[in-house]
Amino acid sequence: MAINFDNALGIHQYSVGVRERRAEVLASNIANADTPGFKAKDLSFKDALASATQGTSFNLSKTSERHISGGRGIASDVQFRVPNQPDTGDGNTVDVQTERASFMQNSMEYQASLSFLSSKISTMRKAIKGQ
Amino acid sequence: MSLFRVFDVAGSAMSAQSVRLNTTASNLANANSVSSSANETYKARYPVFQAQLDQANAAQNEAVGVNVAGIVESDAPLVNEFNPNHPLADENGYVYRPNVNVMEEMANMISASRSYQTNVQIADSAKKMLNKTLALGQGT
Repeated sequence: MAINFDNALGIHQYSVGVRERRAEVLASNIANADTPGFKAKDLSFKDALASATQGTSFNLSKTSERHISGGRGIASDVQFRVPNQPDTGDGNTVDVQTERASFMQNSMEYQASLSFLSSKISTMRKAIKGQ
Repeated sequence: MSLFRVFDVAGSAMSAQSVRLNTTASNLANANSVSSSANETYKARYPVFQAQLDQANAAQNEAVGVNVAGIVESDAPLVNEFNPNHPLADENGYVYRPNVNVMEEMANMISASRSYQTNVQIADSAKKMLNKTLALGQGT
């Protein structure tokens, strides 16, 4: 049985990347907590992980070489958050408490994924050394 | 590595909040600077925040930092005080006080410093996450 790194590391190699992107999105929400008109965003974990594992992107298909490449602009797995209160006075929908809690949760989940990866690596190392 | 972008975003927010703290300090320091004409009187200043649009428009870029678009002076009416004995009083005996609301400024200051702290913590947790990533697979 050959060791396949892709199979051995499983889904965790992709989930680390998705958590990283989510950290970025949440950090930009918190940074813009006082920006008028800013709308809070979040990553749909399911969609992001699916596109990360399958490697699919949402670009428009081109039928001619001379077409302009239709970039998706903003990734489709990033969605706007439904605000907790209808109007904050300046059009900002960031709730700092929610964002901070989500950021902390995301960072714990990131570390969980990392420790999964770590144990997979040490398993493989044991197999290689034959101890 | 998108985690490195967290530092840029949190850093831009920290600098924006420190501009806000600066204007608050200037407003509070000048809260009692009177003058003899409405034009010369200090007016409260506030920063205007905006999302960094050049980054928001770029494809594949979900993280958006903060820009300080500019500093605006408040349009609130100045406070006229009848004080003929004041050395800066005009011919009618009035001095003009700035339109700084000290309570508002204190609340602004607390809000700015809390936001600053939050962004420092975000950068700190991003650093911890990166450190853990760098140590990946080094344990036995």
